[in-house]
Amino acid sequence: MTTAKAVKNVPPHPMDGLLRTERIPHIWCPGCGIGTVFSAVLAAIKNTGWDPNTIAMVSGIGCTGRMAGYIRLDSFHTTHGRALPFATGLKLAKPDTKVIIVSGDGDLFAIGGNHFIHAARRNMDMTVVCVNNFNYGMTGGQQAPSTPLGAKTTTTVNGSPEEPFNLCDLAATCGATYVARWTAMQVRSLRSSISEALEKRGFSFVEVITPCPSSFGRRNRMGTALEMMKFYQGRSVIRSDIDPSEAVVDIDREIVVGKFVDIERPTFMDHYEKVNRLNLPQWRAMHPDHQKGR
Amino acid sequence: MTAKEVRTGTHFMNGDEACCEAALAAGCRFFAGYPITPATEVAESMSRRLPEIGGIYIQMEDEIASMAAILGASWGGVKSMTSTSGPGFSLMMENIGLGICTETPCVVCNVQRAGPSTGLPTLVAQGDMMQARWGSHGHYEIIALSPSSPQEMFDFTIRAFNLSEYYRLPVILLADETIGHMNERVVIPQEEDIEIVNRRKPTVSREDYLPYEADADGIAPMANCGDGYRIHVTGLTHDDRGYPAMDAKAQEKMISRLVDKIRKNRDKIIRTQNLYLDDAEVVVVSYGISARSAMQAVRDARNEGIKAGLIKLDTVWPFPEELIRSVAPRTRAMIMAEINGGQMALELERSAGGACPVSLVSNLGGKILHPGLILNAVAKAATEKP
Repeated sequence: MTTAKAVKNVPPHPMDGLLRTERIPHIWCPGCGIGTVFSAVLAAIKNTGWDPNTIAMVSGIGCTGRMAGYIRLDSFHTTHGRALPFATGLKLAKPDTKVIIVSGDGDLFAIGGNHFIHAARRNMDMTVVCVNNFNYGMTGGQQAPSTPLGAKTTTTVNGSPEEPFNLCDLAATCGATYVARWTAMQVRSLRSSISEALEKRGFSFVEVITPCPSSFGRRNRMGTALEMMKFYQGRSVIRSDIDPSEAVVDIDREIVVGKFVDIERPTFMDHYEKVNRLNLPQWRAMHPDHQKGR
Repeated sequence: MTAKEVRTGTHFMNGDEACCEAALAAGCRFFAGYPITPATEVAESMSRRLPEIGGIYIQMEDEIASMAAILGASWGGVKSMTSTSGPGFSLMMENIGLGICTETPCVVCNVQRAGPSTGLPTLVAQGDMMQARWGSHGHYEIIALSPSSPQEMFDFTIRAFNLSEYYRLPVILLADETIGHMNERVVIPQEEDIEIVNRRKPTVSREDYLPYEADADGIAPMANCGDGYRIHVTGLTHDDRGYPAMDAKAQEKMISRLVDKIRKNRDKIIRTQNLYLDDAEVVVVSYGISARSAMQAVRDARNEGIKAGLIKLDTVWPFPEELIRSVAPRTRAMIMAEINGGQMALELERSAGGACPVSLVSNLGGKILHPGLILNAVAKAATEKP
């Protein structure tokens, strides 16, 4: 209550129009990198110049999933791992909507892994921004499918015995038309990558290596939030257009960042319209906005 | 050639196909599903028919995704449905809960087979009655309809869409393998003779719109994605604005409304078909395919001079407590006929409240109930001393 009152005295922010300011302050921990990623998403959205009423954000569950609650767009905070199939239904019902999915590594690649590979395979026309902080932040820092081998979490106190996914390689293999990775410190590159992903026709994917100082950083003695930011940035090596399978994330050695995939491929709707050609006129009549293309 | 949205006329079709045709007639234009016996024919029919009339059919990677996709489509402003059977119904529970919490209109058809687990995929059962009622976690109310013929599959599917649009929740069609696969005459009315209900839309400006502020009847007008209201929708407990509200007071308010919008309107929702109830001494209560066996048994009993009656539950949830409570005191006995170990029998017993003895006629799945079995139970109850 006192914090809500304090917010009233804060000068306007350039992104206020896209924010549910009445919901600020947010729930993210001090030093958390999600806010930085959120700002990049907002800037990229603003950059498109699209009518905000034609954009929808869908999220799953977890720290990053809360973004959907702070953005002043049609926004859907769904169930754990299910943002992509929910977004699939939304997009197909309303093809003129630009759909952005934001969620964490655990949500998108553990419980939601099956949905991710199929949404990419179908080339659903949507953009996924994945905040990868190497652990489950909301529940206090447990092992995720992105947790580096040997890293400590509350469920791997002796170090994780599992090898993590290379998220960008997985996205590329499954058929994403745009794949990029940055750290939360590389704000300019991140912003322009998200902009490109939004404008890209097809399934676009941007992974952001993001500090979670309260859980992952603390348990792995990575120092303060700023130190973590700098550490990830220092480890990062830009190698755009490299084969995504070689774009490794190894926090002890190097974090390969850049744009790895930017290709053209027909979307689900392209194929659906083609194979059902006889009935295209009716479908177009029902979804007039789709005629303008994306 | 343009395909018909409503295939008016007299047809010979099975329950699954009737379900598909009814959905299209009700305005459904989005179907997401996953193959499963004995509901596959609903998906197959949809996959053929929807593209013909400008709709979308998509086969998802599992039933979790199917349920999520129809919720998304509904928020996109398109009437949507999925169909499944036991194992898929289990997977759908998570997002049925999301649909309840976010008040999302859609229809879920469960063509029941025998469980638990993979059970008897090709054979009938009615074992998902309590799962339909309580399968998703937390406290809530649900609406479920149970058809007893392909014609009712058609009629009840239309009604399921209308109820879902009006009361804003996933409505469950609790069919069974026999009804799904049975071929019978199905009469599809003229388009103008089919009653269609569409969700109530907000009439206020974006600034004045509270997405979960209910009208007098307990139902909140629903803005779709893209209507310019910039709504927030969450499965977290939320306030009238749709924003997360993490305390007991908000929980009390939200759950009370979710429950009350169904409970306080149950007179409008509940439908039964009553046979010989006025002077009945023994009343059989049943639903779905079992209600047809029960109807035969009740007629046979009447022919033998036994004053038997039938309550056929067209809506299984909410359960017609008031009707049972009023009938029980003037009845010698009530009998539930169903294909499970006695799920709705418990509801019957609870509603009768000890005013008359309640018994169960059932099998555990794999075959329908023989009318003779029910007739024996009726005859026994009619001769027993009260």
